[in-house]
Amino acid sequence: MNKLRHVGKPYVRIDGKEKISGATRYTEDIEFGPNLHYVAIVESSEAHAKILKLDVSEAKKYPGVVGVFTAQDFPYKFGLYMKDRFIFAMDTVKYVGQQIAAVVARDVKTAKRAAKLIKVEYEPLTAIFDQMESIKETVPRIHPKLGEYEHVPWFFPQANTNIAHWRKTRRGDVVKGFDEADFVLEDTYTVPRYAHCPLETHAAVGLCDLSDRLTIWASSQSPHTQRNLFAESLAPLGFSHKDIRVIAPPIGGGFGGKAGVSMEILAAAIATKVKGNPVKIIWSREQEFYNTSQRLGVKAKIKIGVKNDGTFTAIDHKLYWDTGASAEYGANVVNAVGLSAIGPYRFQNISIDSVCLYTNLPPCGAYRGFGYSEFMFGLESHITRIADHLKIDPVEIRKKNAIKENDILAYGVKMNPNGLIKCIDEVAKEIEWNKKVTSNDPNKEVGKGFSLIWKAPAMPPNASSAAFLKFSEDGSVNILVSGMDMGQGYLTVMAQIAAEILAVPITKIRTETPDTDRNPYEWQTVASHVTWSCGNAVRKAAIDAREQIFDVVARTLYLPKDMLFLEDESVKCRTKPDFKLPLKDFVINGIQAEDFSFKGGPIMGHGIFMPEFASANSDPETSQGGHPNVHYTVGAAAITMSIDKESGEMHVLKAVEAIDVGKAINPSLVKGQITGGLLQGLATVLYEDMRFNDKGKMLNPNFTDYKIPTSKDVPDEIVPIIVEVPQPDGPFGARGVGEHTMIPAAPMIANAVKDALGVRIKSMPITKEKVALANLKKGELNAKTF
Amino acid sequence: MKQITFKLNNEIRSIYVEPEEILLDVLREKLGVKSPKCGCDRGDCGACAVLLDGRSVRSCLVLAIEVDGHEIVTVEGISQAGLTKVQQSMLDNNAFQCGFCAPGIVVTTTELLEHNPRPTMEEIKEALSGNLCRCSGYLPILESVQHVVEEADNE
Repeated sequence: MNKLRHVGKPYVRIDGKEKISGATRYTEDIEFGPNLHYVAIVESSEAHAKILKLDVSEAKKYPGVVGVFTAQDFPYKFGLYMKDRFIFAMDTVKYVGQQIAAVVARDVKTAKRAAKLIKVEYEPLTAIFDQMESIKETVPRIHPKLGEYEHVPWFFPQANTNIAHWRKTRRGDVVKGFDEADFVLEDTYTVPRYAHCPLETHAAVGLCDLSDRLTIWASSQSPHTQRNLFAESLAPLGFSHKDIRVIAPPIGGGFGGKAGVSMEILAAAIATKVKGNPVKIIWSREQEFYNTSQRLGVKAKIKIGVKNDGTFTAIDHKLYWDTGASAEYGANVVNAVGLSAIGPYRFQNISIDSVCLYTNLPPCGAYRGFGYSEFMFGLESHITRIADHLKIDPVEIRKKNAIKENDILAYGVKMNPNGLIKCIDEVAKEIEWNKKVTSNDPNKEVGKGFSLIWKAPAMPPNASSAAFLKFSEDGSVNILVSGMDMGQGYLTVMAQIAAEILAVPITKIRTETPDTDRNPYEWQTVASHVTWSCGNAVRKAAIDAREQIFDVVARTLYLPKDMLFLEDESVKCRTKPDFKLPLKDFVINGIQAEDFSFKGGPIMGHGIFMPEFASANSDPETSQGGHPNVHYTVGAAAITMSIDKESGEMHVLKAVEAIDVGKAINPSLVKGQITGGLLQGLATVLYEDMRFNDKGKMLNPNFTDYKIPTSKDVPDEIVPIIVEVPQPDGPFGARGVGEHTMIPAAPMIANAVKDALGVRIKSMPITKEKVALANLKKGELNAKTF
Repeated sequence: MKQITFKLNNEIRSIYVEPEEILLDVLREKLGVKSPKCGCDRGDCGACAVLLDGRSVRSCLVLAIEVDGHEIVTVEGISQAGLTKVQQSMLDNNAFQCGFCAPGIVVTTTELLEHNPRPTMEEIKEALSGNLCRCSGYLPILESVQHVVEEADNE
């Protein structure tokens, strides 16, 4: 009803000054005093082997060594959605780089020297590096006890196979759908693994004091989930949740890699064995590449039927994922795609098989986009190819089949309100889709590519957020929440939501990073869901505080409660224009009544949010019957790109991305997500190229050989477009945007390469070498593709 | 152990170091200067950049004994009298997200503008090409520097 004063404003981020002045203290920057201990890790040199002998005796004797720990000290499994990992390799190693032992000393050098004295004898087992091998009957089982693992009820691991999970979605009748089609296109697309590359590597410090109080400082997206998993894993040692505290200082980038639990459990476990001394573990850049998590690779077989007028009739999408040696998080990526691999399109006849396969490569897990970037590469390439074949404009075929509000999703639930068509139109206009651009340079061709954007948060149906909000004497506010600001601006957005309701400027609101002892629950900062979910919790906490304010004012000053409102840090009354009571006059010390007593007291709001309509229970053969996703965020994007015909060098002249964010709480931060996410996406297709040798060892775990973009690799221009069709259950209509920004990058590059040179590349990355070679072979390639 | 004496953020400091000790470690662990970050430990990422006699160096590639008798400035020193124009411009433009690369980028842009107050966009990109940022997509950072140059032109 009122004009928004804080929501929708492009405010400077509230943690901006500390970051720009170097004041921010990340985990590695915190001082722990002279008793700090350091850890060196002994890693597997084999991809798949039995550990015949692990001799730590020499290391234990090395002067200055405080302790050496192995699986024998912690025979405990852990995992987010499926408990398939040990803290240290137990009996067998399953990938190169897996931790086998840890040496603790008072200085790094001693720990590293002693670690070299540990002798491991292996008996090699057949290693599997390709998911299409892993699915075969005849190959060894990477997890022989898969059938016994604990897992969430919506996973379907197949005992005595390498299949950690198989999500099947069936709707309508695909046989009939393909029969009705005038044209059916079937092909396979390949997407390899990628690395998150946050500038700050994983870091964790554990301290178990002599009263058995265990505190972990971790560079983390998930402090409460980590506490829960530490408590579960370390329960045999006598720890319960109340004994464990996870403090998550500001983090230097996450992108999904710091979600769930990986190396942090080492700090928690080892700390319990060197009581009284803090233990610090910082991953090197190499370890960051191969021993946290990587993005899953996938081979996707897509078959789509279409009428001559461009109407889609059926989709059969089979995806085979390489999750590496562990599926505890990766299988949920596979699950998410299994429910959503129709893309933002209306299909009546649907068959999706999303299959999660173990391999002997590093474990995979959450990465910005959570599977959608991967399957959208194939799907959006495929749709442009269908359009080209039918001689329909690629934008028009997308508009014709674009999903609309109340259309039925693959799992039988109605699609949420959305501005997909508006996003498509805005992008097509901004990129001048119908205008052919040519290069002045005879060695270069210019092409345009288009892609849609589509993603839902992937989360348990009961993932929740909570918020406390308290005032100080001067009317300033502290918001206590447990989401993590990874740079996306979450803390600022929470402040803006509270500011809007409490009529307090954000300069008087402090929101800080989480501490599980002090701040209320948050599931994890993943799935682009905290603006929506925690934003709702903060909104409710602010409303709760406002109610308390109105209550005490109404009963003490005899004013009609329903006529009160907040403005300019004060309580005002619609029926009494002269009345103005500043918040600072009473939010701590109460209001003095006629008899000189005081009424009220400290104002403290609380709010929780859980999507009570969600459910993960459905028929395992069809995925019908549940409500697994809370909503989808959609959008569209396009690029104009020039390509050097000889070298294959590609340069993005202009990129446009429109996303329907429901409501941009802070448009400056949304635009930041679009610019940053888009470049991260472009990097996966143009530069980043992970290589393993035939023994499963990653060959390029550093920034010299695994190229992430520099300031010289940016597009000449990025145009972010914000579309706002409100999310009915979002705070001020907002829904998430962080991950979606990188999803269209790969397919629109592939589509632009085809537009410019006439060659279709069906495997990522699309490096300049690949483009140049494909262009050389254009004649023979064109015979096979179009 | 050798005693070295150098100027650090406008203060003369003396400290004993081993010959193989790295400047980045000495700054962070022995002198409490935490703004230079270790992002790769091999000179690839630029998060550890500091000014050595006014020129930016990667402190992970410099031995501490090499700075004996020289001057080191980090973001703590640059920010001593409040934010500089380029820091303010980056702040106003929400140029950084996670902020881990920010100290190195502030050091590099400070050096650039000191030696070349009117850089072109190409020169800004070239100067910053050794500082990796995974969050921002660089454009907001580049625009912030360009904004300072334009402001100076208008003065």
